[in-house]
Amino acid sequence: MPTKTRSHEAHDLPFWRKYIFSTDHKVIGIQYAITGLLFLLFGFGLIMLIRWQLAYPAKPLPWIGHLFHQKTMIGGIMLPEFYNQLGAMHGTIMVFLGVVPLAVGGFGNFLVPLQIGAPDMAFPKLNMISYWVYFIGGVVMFASFFLPDGAAQSGWTSYAPLSIITTGQTAWLLGMVFLITSSLLGAVNFLTTIIQLRTEGLTFFRLPFFVWAQFVTSFLLLLAFPPLEAAAVFQLMDRLADTSFFMPSGLVVSGKVLEVSGGGNPILWQHLFWFLAHPEVYVLVLPAMGIVAEIIACNTRKPLYGYNSLVGSVLFIGFMSFIVWAHHMFLTNMGTKMSAFFQITTMIISIPSIIILTMLILSLWGGSIRFTVPMLFAAAFLPMFGIGGLTGLPLGLAASDIHLHDTYYVIGHFHYVVAPGTLFALFAGVYHWYPKATGRKLSEFLGKVHFWLSFPLINGIFMPMFLQGLAGVSRRLYDPNQFLHGQPIQPLNVFISYCAWGLALAQIPFIINFFGSLIWGKKVDANPWHATTLEWAAPSPPPHGNFLEPVTAYRDPYEYSVPGREKDFWPQHLED
Amino acid sequence: MRRPYRQNKMSSLIKHITKPHPITGVTNAKLGTWLFLASEVMLFGGLFSAYILLRLGSLNWPHGWELLNVPLATFNTMVLITSSVTMVLSWAAIAGGDLKKYRRFMGITILLGIVFLIAKSFEYAAKFGHHIYPKTNIFYAIYFTLTGLHGLHVFGGVLVNAYFLFPGLALWREEPVQFVNRVECAGLYWHFVDLVWIFLFPTLYLL
Repeated sequence: MPTKTRSHEAHDLPFWRKYIFSTDHKVIGIQYAITGLLFLLFGFGLIMLIRWQLAYPAKPLPWIGHLFHQKTMIGGIMLPEFYNQLGAMHGTIMVFLGVVPLAVGGFGNFLVPLQIGAPDMAFPKLNMISYWVYFIGGVVMFASFFLPDGAAQSGWTSYAPLSIITTGQTAWLLGMVFLITSSLLGAVNFLTTIIQLRTEGLTFFRLPFFVWAQFVTSFLLLLAFPPLEAAAVFQLMDRLADTSFFMPSGLVVSGKVLEVSGGGNPILWQHLFWFLAHPEVYVLVLPAMGIVAEIIACNTRKPLYGYNSLVGSVLFIGFMSFIVWAHHMFLTNMGTKMSAFFQITTMIISIPSIIILTMLILSLWGGSIRFTVPMLFAAAFLPMFGIGGLTGLPLGLAASDIHLHDTYYVIGHFHYVVAPGTLFALFAGVYHWYPKATGRKLSEFLGKVHFWLSFPLINGIFMPMFLQGLAGVSRRLYDPNQFLHGQPIQPLNVFISYCAWGLALAQIPFIINFFGSLIWGKKVDANPWHATTLEWAAPSPPPHGNFLEPVTAYRDPYEYSVPGREKDFWPQHLED
Repeated sequence: MRRPYRQNKMSSLIKHITKPHPITGVTNAKLGTWLFLASEVMLFGGLFSAYILLRLGSLNWPHGWELLNVPLATFNTMVLITSSVTMVLSWAAIAGGDLKKYRRFMGITILLGIVFLIAKSFEYAAKFGHHIYPKTNIFYAIYFTLTGLHGLHVFGGVLVNAYFLFPGLALWREEPVQFVNRVECAGLYWHFVDLVWIFLFPTLYLL
């Protein structure tokens, strides 16, 4: 039985138990983070291929174009089917295999037990299983490119009936079943850990904001993912058992009536999909907000402004995110009453987001800000998320959405939230907690090079997309010159593409820094940033079991610059 | 540097494995089970709302009793309800330390689960025999999908219960409190599977 074999220290375990099939939340967190970062790089690579086609349509891709198989590129010229695969898989990989595993699986796993003073997650074995189920899902998605039918090609939203009549979708659905299962197991684990394993003195309102963000995120994953699992089962049935859940009677494709049993409803897929996928966008952004809040409090040397409002807002977002999904579906003829309802809820959910952003900006007020690399990324998150959020308002109103729906404006909007928003917050988190995970600091110089190159370039990618979208360019076009209204602004596509390739080069300093600092990074003690929360009470890197002795929380999480104290930080675990 | 205070096993360090949390009043496993069941409610919630939407959008939805075998399904309903009762009895027996009684009732629970699956497979076989498949029409599509997913849940429950009757029983000798907790969690899941059928039966067969 496990109780007997576990009776020794972690370093007695063989390599494969310690680093590969580990049940330690820190190792699992790092596994998630590295896998997630690799998938982010891969997903970025897919879109860089697309950027060539958009900048120089129907011209052969130099050098690497000839390495591709005949089914994907002919003489270096991308085929439309392959273009669709790249687009669909870019979205899927970035959301389900990149950002969520890094933000929730990586940061959540590594930090939540440390920040609540727990020795591990509530269910360590389940934690290991969730990582490996996620890994299998990732392998299925990745391998789908090499299957005879290729990868899925109907967008990351997989709208029916297109997703049912195109090839490659079955692998996508199977991969999703694994990813959903992994998220569910993870969510159960996080919630149980946060509810049950907070250390002595750590009441809910003494939790760091990051833990609150993970708490709400886990509820979203727990309750929003199952309907997509149901939808995935229906779609699998449609593809494999010839049912017609999403296929209407008398559907005409390429001038021919399809032979299906009929009676289904393609809109049903959209409802089930967006019931997950709208909460999913909050799954993408809430952990980022949590990371930014931690970093801002530490680097402004003052408590977060309006902690209670932040917590209230994040809970309200969690609740509201379940009743806004149909604002993705204004063009489905669902009627003015339904549209009115979802426009109102959409406007309401923007309020707590704005409260959170305002509180974070107000937290800067009067602080003595240290512009460390994590703070640069965290500070950049604020205006970037602001632009992303505000440009979403016209999409939440049916009248303006009719023009903007499915144009590059939508791409610009949600990428501002997720790319310079969430991704910058995740970079900030990597720079901030790397010393905790490894015991060494990342290089400040390389970090600043990484930031100051990435920041203008990423804006150069997504800002022009608003113009393309307002001009009415569809986000799904294989040939951007196909319609007259796209031709005058085609130079923008060239500009965007060069920014995208430049952004890829700007990640090289980060990659060098990430691996190089393991060797030459400056060694640090337990609390290099002079921060207050409990994870800094553990050694860097924390041993198996985390803390040298049980910690107790004596006060609120962000007691910086307390008047009358000698030092400008008062850690949560110190009695006086 | 001092050695970590954890000198022996990790499981002794994670709190509330056997002793309930003083505020929430539950053990980790029980809270985790309830959370898992919440997600299961959402899964079947999604499936049932799909049923409602498809039925409302349909011009001529058939009555379940005209197409499906109601007596067999009624028999299956009785079987599942009885198995829920024996599940509780087996938990009460092991909580009282009566291993023999626990074995008997857990065995009956597993047996009843298998009887349910056999009856279900006869029902499917009869349909396939008349060349009725999920692709026949949208009613059969949702019938086969919903009952199939429920059947998978029953199968999973039978596996879990069988684990606690045979190999899992080793824990009983080492950590009796934890074992009783685990049986209780398995019971929660089994009641949930039962409850889903109690909704499925009238929805598909009687409406």
